Amino acid sequence: MKNEFLEHRLNINRRHFLGKLGLGIGSVALGSLLAPNLFSGSPDESEIVYGIPHFAPKARRIIYLFQNGAPSQLESFDYKPMLNTMAGQDLPESIRMGQRLTGMTSNQEKFPLIGSYFKFNQHGKNGAWVSELFPHMANIVDELCIVKSMHTEAINHDPALTFMQTGAQQGNRPSMGAWMSYGLGSENKNLPAFCVLLSRGKGNGQGVYSKLWTNGFLDSIHQGVQFSSSEEPVLYLNNPEGIDMDARRRMLDQLSQLNSMAHEEFGDPEIQAKIQQYEMAYRMQSSVPELTDLAKEPDHIIKMYGPECLVPGTYAANCLLARKLSESGVRFVQLYHQGWDQHGNMVGEMPLQAKDVDRASAALILDLKQRGLLDETLVIWGGEFGRTNYCQGKLTKDNYGRDHHPRAYTILMAGGGIKPGTVYGETDAFGYNIVKDPVHVNDFHATVLHLMGLNHEKLNFKHLGRRYRLTDVAGKVVSGILA
Amino acid sequence: MKIQQVGKLFPILVAVVIGTTFYVWNPIPALTNANDLPEIVSYNFHIRPILSDRCFKCHGPDAKQRKANLRLDTPDGAYAALRDNPKVHVIVPGKAEQSEMFLRISTTDTAIVMPPTSSNLKLTSFEIDLIQKWIKQGAVYQPHWAFIPPKDYAVPVTGKNWAENEIDHFIYVKLEEKKLKPNDEADKERLLKRVHLDITGIPPTIAEQDAFLQDDSPNAYEKVVDALLANPHYGEKMAIHWLDVARYADSHGYQDDGLRTMWPWRDWVIHAFNKNYPYDKFVMWQLAGDLMPDPTKEMLLATGFNRNHKITQEGGVIDEEYRIEYVTDRTNTFGKSFLALTFECAKCHDHKYDPISQKEYFSTFAFFNQVAEKGYQGDIFSGTAADPPRLKISSDDVEKLLTFINKKDSTDVNVMVMRDSSRLRPTYILARGAYDAPAERVDFNLPSAILAFDTTVFSKNRFGLAQWVVNKKNPLTARVFVNRMWQEFFGRGLVKTSGDFGMQGELPSHPELLEWLALDFMNNGWNIKRLVKQLVMSSTYRQSSEVSKKKLSIDPENIYLSRAPRVRLSAELTRDQVLASSGLLVKEIGGPSVKPYQPKGIWEASTSGRGLLSRYIQDHGDKLYRRGMYTFIKRTVPPPSLLMFDGSSRDQCEVKRLRTNTPLQALVMMNDPMVVEASRVLAERLMNENSSAEEKIAKAFRLILCRKAQTKELGILTDYFEKESKFLSTNISSAEKLIATGEYLHETVEDKISLAALIEVVITIYNMEETIAKT
Repeated sequence: MKNEFLEHRLNINRRHFLGKLGLGIGSVALGSLLAPNLFSGSPDESEIVYGIPHFAPKARRIIYLFQNGAPSQLESFDYKPMLNTMAGQDLPESIRMGQRLTGMTSNQEKFPLIGSYFKFNQHGKNGAWVSELFPHMANIVDELCIVKSMHTEAINHDPALTFMQTGAQQGNRPSMGAWMSYGLGSENKNLPAFCVLLSRGKGNGQGVYSKLWTNGFLDSIHQGVQFSSSEEPVLYLNNPEGIDMDARRRMLDQLSQLNSMAHEEFGDPEIQAKIQQYEMAYRMQSSVPELTDLAKEPDHIIKMYGPECLVPGTYAANCLLARKLSESGVRFVQLYHQGWDQHGNMVGEMPLQAKDVDRASAALILDLKQRGLLDETLVIWGGEFGRTNYCQGKLTKDNYGRDHHPRAYTILMAGGGIKPGTVYGETDAFGYNIVKDPVHVNDFHATVLHLMGLNHEKLNFKHLGRRYRLTDVAGKVVSGILA
Repeated sequence: MKIQQVGKLFPILVAVVIGTTFYVWNPIPALTNANDLPEIVSYNFHIRPILSDRCFKCHGPDAKQRKANLRLDTPDGAYAALRDNPKVHVIVPGKAEQSEMFLRISTTDTAIVMPPTSSNLKLTSFEIDLIQKWIKQGAVYQPHWAFIPPKDYAVPVTGKNWAENEIDHFIYVKLEEKKLKPNDEADKERLLKRVHLDITGIPPTIAEQDAFLQDDSPNAYEKVVDALLANPHYGEKMAIHWLDVARYADSHGYQDDGLRTMWPWRDWVIHAFNKNYPYDKFVMWQLAGDLMPDPTKEMLLATGFNRNHKITQEGGVIDEEYRIEYVTDRTNTFGKSFLALTFECAKCHDHKYDPISQKEYFSTFAFFNQVAEKGYQGDIFSGTAADPPRLKISSDDVEKLLTFINKKDSTDVNVMVMRDSSRLRPTYILARGAYDAPAERVDFNLPSAILAFDTTVFSKNRFGLAQWVVNKKNPLTARVFVNRMWQEFFGRGLVKTSGDFGMQGELPSHPELLEWLALDFMNNGWNIKRLVKQLVMSSTYRQSSEVSKKKLSIDPENIYLSRAPRVRLSAELTRDQVLASSGLLVKEIGGPSVKPYQPKGIWEASTSGRGLLSRYIQDHGDKLYRRGMYTFIKRTVPPPSLLMFDGSSRDQCEVKRLRTNTPLQALVMMNDPMVVEASRVLAERLMNENSSAEEKIAKAFRLILCRKAQTKELGILTDYFEKESKFLSTNISSAEKLIATGEYLHETVEDKISLAALIEVVITIYNMEETIAKT
């Protein structure tokens, strides 16, 4: 029966089949023949291999710690002492070179330069500069690759975030995690391939939007699924009051009998797929609560991430949960932490934001390492653009703010396939323009896909007449950061 | 050739080596033999899809990208001599071996093979053979089918005994070709459910089921269809698809995502369908109601269509960047919704596949570039729910003119509408599509390959654009609309890519039928209800959805319609089905969108914390039980169950929904308080009826599945009921928790154990595959 069913489905829309069964990598054997369009220009479907990378991957899973709102590179990892000595002087036009301004500073008469009010020190074997606000990250700087030369095209949060996550500023394109799910499937048949965790800091915040974890034109099986360590870790996961797992099992046993009768009557393989989806839902109900119960973690782990990790919805809790999900085979865990939009009150907000994330981010990397997972897990830390080297609003002795700066910003990468203990790219002494090894958002995406064993030019999907890629029509792998 | 085939297998070998833990099924070699080639190779049906997909990117309409000054999309280009070698011609009709194009696609020399290896594109040996045969037969080009006016095909004469109307004759011809026979008509109960869900979206009541079962008159079905078409819920059902097309939502989108009040426009759409406005009028008013002679308030309201796009309230944005974004959205939506063309591809460069130049893109853009609007009206605090230009609707208007608007309170409501500035805003080609890179200035115009924009016939403004769309010579408008209606009723368009009728779109499965329907639609006054009736009266529609193994192997996707499609209901109709069958549905039409149960904290987790919509304040009472289409759509955080069931986030114009089947959907159906509450309410009612447990279950089954349960089904459920009753009698607290579900008024039921067991049974029935399927 089973083979017959599968054979039928082979003839059917192959892409949909996989979606409907929610197959993980364990079932990749099927997938191998089931996904058209994965490799461009291969109309002969015998070439199509789904769920198998194009070449040997360096990383198998990704944890992306998105710092939403754009943390200032100048108060964290891009040390520019000259800005302190030139504080108050106007940004020279020879440096600005016509860079457009947001509506928030375009009316400012002057653009007074301002350096970090927080101290920097050198750390690690390579003597990388790290701000005093990130002591835990400074301790593990030898694990990190600090990319100081990221640049983007967008100057406002919504398009910039959307660009970082989906490769396009506008539109409902699949996000990175959805592409990974589509390209590689899941490693765990009880969990989605793409999970999303949200938290909020104390600083000026910008929202997040479900389009950031959308499947776009891919099947909705590739949609990011929101997880949390709260009482209901996945939407609609909990049984109604009065129905326990035993009762649920009994119900499903009746249900599969009824649905099997429908299959006998109609012969529609969709009905079989439905029965399997209910079984997977049940397995999720059984396995997820245990997975998301962080209280069972041993004390030394809780200590690493900090006591906040036991409070559901905090960044620390999400980092710990991310490790558990990733460890269980979730292909792409996407965190968002809000609150990094310091147009003003840099001095008040930046330390709070840094405190929220510093310890847990470092703990996550160390925790992965001690489990032998860091080699195969790519960890990314960063926002959607940088911040200006000049002050937004009034520059005072005690405080200042920074506007959006798309031309240069810093992100961190660690783990799977990344050269540890490196600093890549360089900005000028003003911290304004990139002077060495620029990395465009498309390049970043190409590199991440490369680490996962996927060729960014070949991982595509034909939709409304054209083949779409995460990297759209550009992107080069940044070989300088590869191990 | 042999070398190429080894090359093709290579990636698989590599993959197998890498993925040692996986096994790979036997790759099917690309074996073809000459016998498989069609007798006559057609450019439109066989060759162009290949050339468009693999060649036109560099040898097609985009002049800037064209390599070697060689184009294959026109006969002139294809028959021309090579630039570097005038003695050699690209294609020599009749002589494949003298055609450079054929030599280059068939060579084994990877240095010169086309497409080049660097493109990651290649041709299969079958495709190469096809092209060879096509050249031998004279390399005859044809204009793209969708860009020439529909031809008046005679209705075929086959299938006489089966056919109910013209549609069936066309369908039957193809079935015969494929050696398929149509299914018998579906049983009456399932047919009734199907037609109810398709026309009004509300399942038939038991009384309606009985009436239809007992009506033996030959026109029993037609009577049902006519009644449904006259039912005001028809307008709601039809509107759901149009709201996707129009990217309707209740918030502005972008960053802070504040409230907007476009719902009176949505009420108008329902009204327009119910009044059966002809499609040309429906389109004219939405595109240019404000430019009609002496426009009424209703006409102005209709133009809200073009203001449904997202609007930013993010502080610090550059005004012009976003104003251009809105005009772009209108232009792209225009292309997709009325013409099924991917206009957006021509914003940054000439379209790579279709005859839309960048200049034509911006000439079209010019029509939508005249709105008296700003890109940034204000942030979440200073902005409004309806940025100008807007139409103020007072209670007086609703009483006298706009009676279809469901406005209960006395405050005025503002709706964004179209109004052009008094001064013409010049439009420029934007280099690479960038808002700050204006180049050559352009005038109003529309893609001439579709229909020349003759200014002696059409006004030089948006009104003229609307005239151009509904002009009977426009080859796309009617085809695109009838195809989408076909898609809504049959689950798949005659052109599968209902949003792309261009070169890269799929060819129609039944070209003659599509042409016939399009002409018939135009010749009968663009009458939408008539079209719907045609579709549902056909024998094709009325077939059962059973599928034999033979049919599954010959036609797995059901392209040829030898059976009715069996498809899952949309997100909205899934909700309606549960609420209606339980008796909870509040059938009120229109009005402000509502906020029913939603898992806690979803808006709160995503919001910036600013504005009215930073917290989800759930409604109570009747508002919990409105149809799915009235659920409030906050664009940045759409209702999660809507997304899980493949609904549109209303970010952009969408003309087709995916239909997936995921475990998250199972979780919703099992655990959504809406389903559990509906089960509780229905079970309470049944408990208070004077009937046996088995009768109660049978009735629930009939209400939900709209058919009588088979003996075996009823047996399974009754056994389940008894087992659960026994179990619950020792777990009274479980029973008490379950029966406490939901805000809806509780009926007093003595036997709490049986009530709880019955709730479990009803939940099970709601989770049956057939419940939310059109069978």
